[in-house]
Amino acid sequence: MAEFIRFDRITKFYGPLCVVENLDLGIGKGEFVSLLGPSGSGKTTLLMMLAGFEQPTSGAILLDGTAINGVPTHKRDMGVVFQSYALFPHMSVGENIAFPLQMRGISKAEIAERVKRALDMVQLSAFADRRPSQLSGGQQQRVALARALVFEPRVVLMDEPLGALDKQLREQMQLDIRDLHRRLGLTIVFVTHDQSEALTMSDRVAVFNKGKIEQIGTPRQVYDEPATRFVAEFIGETNLVEGVVETVQGQEATVRLASGAHIVSALSGAVASGQPVYLSIRPERVDLSETRGDARNVLEMEVTDSVYQGDHLRVQLETAAHPLIAKLGRRSREFPPGTKVFAAFSAGDCRVIAP
Amino acid sequence: MPMKLAKFTFASLAILFLVAPLIAILPLAFTSSVILTYPIPSWSLRWFEELFTADAWRRAIINSLIVGSGTTLLATVLGTAASLGLRNRLLLFRGSVRTLFLLPMVVPAVVLGVGMQVLLARFGLTNSYAGVIIAHTVVAVPFVVVSVTGALAGIDERVELAAQSLGASPATVFCRVTLPLAMPGVLSGAVLAFATSLDEVVLTLFVAGPNQRTLARQMFSSIRENISPAIAAAAFLFIAATILVGLAVMVFRSMLAKRR
Ligand SMILES: Nc1ncnc2c1ncn2[C@@H]1O[C@H](COP(=O)(O)OP(=O)(O)O)[C@@H](O)[C@H]1O
Ligand SMILES: [Mg+2]
Repeated sequence: MAEFIRFDRITKFYGPLCVVENLDLGIGKGEFVSLLGPSGSGKTTLLMMLAGFEQPTSGAILLDGTAINGVPTHKRDMGVVFQSYALFPHMSVGENIAFPLQMRGISKAEIAERVKRALDMVQLSAFADRRPSQLSGGQQQRVALARALVFEPRVVLMDEPLGALDKQLREQMQLDIRDLHRRLGLTIVFVTHDQSEALTMSDRVAVFNKGKIEQIGTPRQVYDEPATRFVAEFIGETNLVEGVVETVQGQEATVRLASGAHIVSALSGAVASGQPVYLSIRPERVDLSETRGDARNVLEMEVTDSVYQGDHLRVQLETAAHPLIAKLGRRSREFPPGTKVFAAFSAGDCRVIAP
Repeated sequence: MPMKLAKFTFASLAILFLVAPLIAILPLAFTSSVILTYPIPSWSLRWFEELFTADAWRRAIINSLIVGSGTTLLATVLGTAASLGLRNRLLLFRGSVRTLFLLPMVVPAVVLGVGMQVLLARFGLTNSYAGVIIAHTVVAVPFVVVSVTGALAGIDERVELAAQSLGASPATVFCRVTLPLAMPGVLSGAVLAFATSLDEVVLTLFVAGPNQRTLARQMFSSIRENISPAIAAAAFLFIAATILVGLAVMVFRSMLAKRR
């Protein structure tokens, strides 16, 4: 995939506050990249710099190989969708969507045609003459989407566009946007603090923390192979267990836990023997049974609590050294508190993370 | 219950206190008598006729319209420009600058009047329409600033950012988005500016010559020269105009509210 957008050592200060720090990021043409991170981690600021609303303190932004630092927003040809919809309240839905086309001096007949198609695309054909205030939140956001796509911008930027919608509508819109992305071959940069949203929609996820990217990769990579403790904890739920590296063999390491148990685990980065590390073990990768079995990693534990949650059974386990949470499938048998069990998981289902 | 009754009585008295002068003067506009006193012998429109035919009154009405229009135009343009400037987040001492614009509302009119006369004399603008219009504009601008600032504060900044991203240059954003959205505020500011000018006496006394006598100024002087019921008729016009202004402002406000 050819690189289309490049953030080259971007730094942004607001007064003394460093909001984005020496950030490098490349985005391919037609790619859907999510900027995922907690609130205040600099995602919006990066997006605003790409849109031209803010200027980086240092560093360059390249679009298709050309630096665009000095190019004003209205010449950047990027569609922006905000969480607050930002529709023109004094124009009808149709006029809102026609606006970017009028700015480009397109003929009246063609504007009418393209507005109609855009309205069809977001299933709002019947609402062309309504005012935005007469629509529901979900409908308004679809208008904003149509308005940002109708002029076929080079890049589409979205800043938590679904944040104001209720859960069901949000999940529907996630799929709709993903579908549009595939059909139209759009390049989309999507800001969200919702990890499941990022995993659902993106080709790649960039995990932000304090103005830096902690890890960038496919949804599978950031979930299954978290590079840092922050990523492991921010995306999904995980068990973090302290230990010390005993030996490293290729892509695996043997880690000794405080309980004395040895765990063989996949690596996310380089570690050395004797180094204190965390093991990240996803709860849904842990199997429980009353016999030891032949998995590579087995911990002898005791059930302290067990909660039935409809789609899964959540079991709280304990040893003298550390707790562990296991999520078991719906068909699992019950594990009442006090049961002695063996918790088993493969080397590929846990990760060594340098602290 | 007694509490409710007390409240009702108090409210009625307060309203009576406010409108008593109006109740006293307005019926006299329709008297057939030649003096401004009760009782009214019979009803007549002769004083309205007088207002529109007697030279001094007719001129005064025309002058008020000239000065009022000039003031409205100037104050609206300046006040709107000031409000737009005050929106800039980067402006230093934004709060203080804003207060500065509102100062003419609280500075005693006599002080302004004296200063204005000295200043206008310097530029040779005393006894001219321009002078009166400038003086009125000074006291009218704060009303425009308050009204337009309020309207601008209600605009979501991201709506303007969105317009930019859709390809609108800053000038286009202003014409197609900012100004239309602020328009109810601009219009109600303009109406208030006109009302301020219509009502202004003190500054007019200081800066206007005999040729720029406005209606308010004419009423003021004629009440001491001869107390003819023409004053009551003029007052009636004033009230009518004020009610129209009030209605206009209410309409603009509701337009603004509907946008949200
Ligand atoms: N215009 C601004 N002036 C000063 N500080 C700002 C401004 N915009 C954002 N910030 C600060 O920058 C940090 C990052 O903000 P933002 O990029 O909005 O984070 P996110 O979108 O990840 O929640 C926050 O601490 C925020 O307070
Ligand atoms: Mg944000």
